[in-house]
Amino acid sequence: MTRYLAGRLLGLVAVLFVTSVVVFGALHLAPGDPVTFLLHGRPATPEAVAALRTQHHLDDPLAVQYAKWLGGVLRGDFGSSAQFHQDVAGLIASRLPGTALLVAYAALLVALIGVGSGILAALRPGPVDRTVLIGTGVATATPSFVTAIALVSLFSVQLGWFPGPGGTPAGLSQQLYHLTLPAFALALTFAGLLARVTRSAMLDELGREHVEVARARGVAERTVVRRHVLRNALGPVVTVGGTMLAGLLISTSIVETAFDVPGLGSLLVASVTAQDFAVVQAITLLSVAAFVLVNLAVDLLAPLIDPRLSLHGEGSS
Amino acid sequence: MKEQRDTTPVLDIDGLDVRLPEDRAGRPILDGIGLRVRAGESVGLVGESGSGKSVACRSVLGLLPAGARTSGRVRVGGRDVLAMNRTELAALRARQVAMVYQDPRASVNPLRRVGDFLTEGLRASGTPAATATARALELLDAVGIRDPRGALRRRPHEFSGGMLQRVVIAAALAAEPALIVADEPTTALDVTTQAEIVALLGRLRAERGTGLLFVTHDLELAASVCDRVYVMYAGRIVETRGTDELFDRPRHPYTAGLLACTPSIAAGAPAPRPIPGRPVSLAESPPGCAFAARCAHAVPRCSEEKPVLTRHGDGLAACHRAAEGITL
Repeated sequence: MTRYLAGRLLGLVAVLFVTSVVVFGALHLAPGDPVTFLLHGRPATPEAVAALRTQHHLDDPLAVQYAKWLGGVLRGDFGSSAQFHQDVAGLIASRLPGTALLVAYAALLVALIGVGSGILAALRPGPVDRTVLIGTGVATATPSFVTAIALVSLFSVQLGWFPGPGGTPAGLSQQLYHLTLPAFALALTFAGLLARVTRSAMLDELGREHVEVARARGVAERTVVRRHVLRNALGPVVTVGGTMLAGLLISTSIVETAFDVPGLGSLLVASVTAQDFAVVQAITLLSVAAFVLVNLAVDLLAPLIDPRLSLHGEGSS
Repeated sequence: MKEQRDTTPVLDIDGLDVRLPEDRAGRPILDGIGLRVRAGESVGLVGESGSGKSVACRSVLGLLPAGARTSGRVRVGGRDVLAMNRTELAALRARQVAMVYQDPRASVNPLRRVGDFLTEGLRASGTPAATATARALELLDAVGIRDPRGALRRRPHEFSGGMLQRVVIAAALAAEPALIVADEPTTALDVTTQAEIVALLGRLRAERGTGLLFVTHDLELAASVCDRVYVMYAGRIVETRGTDELFDRPRHPYTAGLLACTPSIAAGAPAPRPIPGRPVSLAESPPGCAFAARCAHAVPRCSEEKPVLTRHGDGLAACHRAAEGITL
């Protein structure tokens, strides 16, 4: 178990290293010059430009820049944001809670709506099943920014139930209230996918002989569904759900921008536009780390869900 | 009271028809099935795949194909299963009739502990968990599982197929049912394990006086387990009699065909002869005897008029020519 964990964590480090190289390289290959942004469009003398470039180490060879940056990261120093003139670590720390709350809220919605409608569709063939299939089809096919516009137009502008984009709510309940529409916009696509995964996993299990055996033993239908169908369908649902958690984190950039939520996603979008390398690097690495960690958590959960799976691939004979 | 118990068969199927909607089948899945199992009796139900034997044995538990219409009676302990409501069916399944399926790997939930599986039926009908566990230990011991206490905590994949089928049989016995329905309980097991399971079923039945309906495609196996055998073809019973007479002198050509195609290792035994042709599909509805197209003894009357079950010897056979004394 310890060896397995150590191996997985080593893998995480390797993935992060590769990611850092790719992101660093890609950003420097991208067109545009950070100096243009640093000058805020003001005319500047060539001397001033040269001074700025030296200050931000932009004239060093790429490898040297990378090494310097990586050394800083290993000491916990992600550099400073050219855009906000602020320490990147501090900047991220201030934006993280907003995103974390949004992702948690959306994840809860995905779990409730996705798993709930998937179960419903599997247990009620006919009109209910068809309705869920159509609904999930629409939800899956609609991009989150379109959902965002639709939600704002309906629930904020027309009905006035929820606040529109912007605003700085105080207190958790107010924050959650403000995050309701963004969370739905973020969640619907994923909920649609999870509903379909849940439905097919449930249908798969409903057709199994041990389910008929349980019925043939006089076990109540509700108990059969809970203990034999839902319980056994959990494997694929958790695996896909885990991947979705990481996907939610990445999709926040669109929704946070659409709803003007001060989080990591909107920070990432602003930083890409401003060619604020240090911030983009840090957020990307963080996202990749979150993705790998979530996958690790899912893999650790799998043997608990299905005891036939073992972490070491040895099986228990 | 005792008198009543002895005379009322544990299972009495009478004129059972099971039909699918017209667009899904050309003939009834079951057509006027009659079958009886008395307390402590072991009865075989034999036929090829698609003959309707599995549908027949599931009907005993009130498990019918989706959309099926039924007529006739399936009485368990004198009460008609087909007329039962949901609560009565649950009680029937939990207390009176237990089913053993073909593949123990498929019939036990792979994710739950064996103890869970054993006690589930009892707990479903209101037995306290502690009592159910004590009963499970006793039963595991009775079916020959070593370390029953440890077995309760293990999971199905930690058992071999034969051991798991013992667990399934133990679970079937849990509620002391009046009838056990075993649907090809040894088909998924290897030969030595088959023999053990058959011996176990026989011993437990004798000890407990439980009725056994043993469903199989293997006539030899049925002979080693059963006192009486029903032979099914295309949804109908074509012959029934005591095991010995069935083997010595079958009256229906299909039974004879089944006997002839069983391989034997006895010296000088003839090579197995397969029955020519193929079983009648659900889409086909021949007007006369369903077996006529494959029968070496068929006469024109056979494909015009359906033969009914009539007494020949000690049992019944549904063949127009059964009385003619043809050596089959």
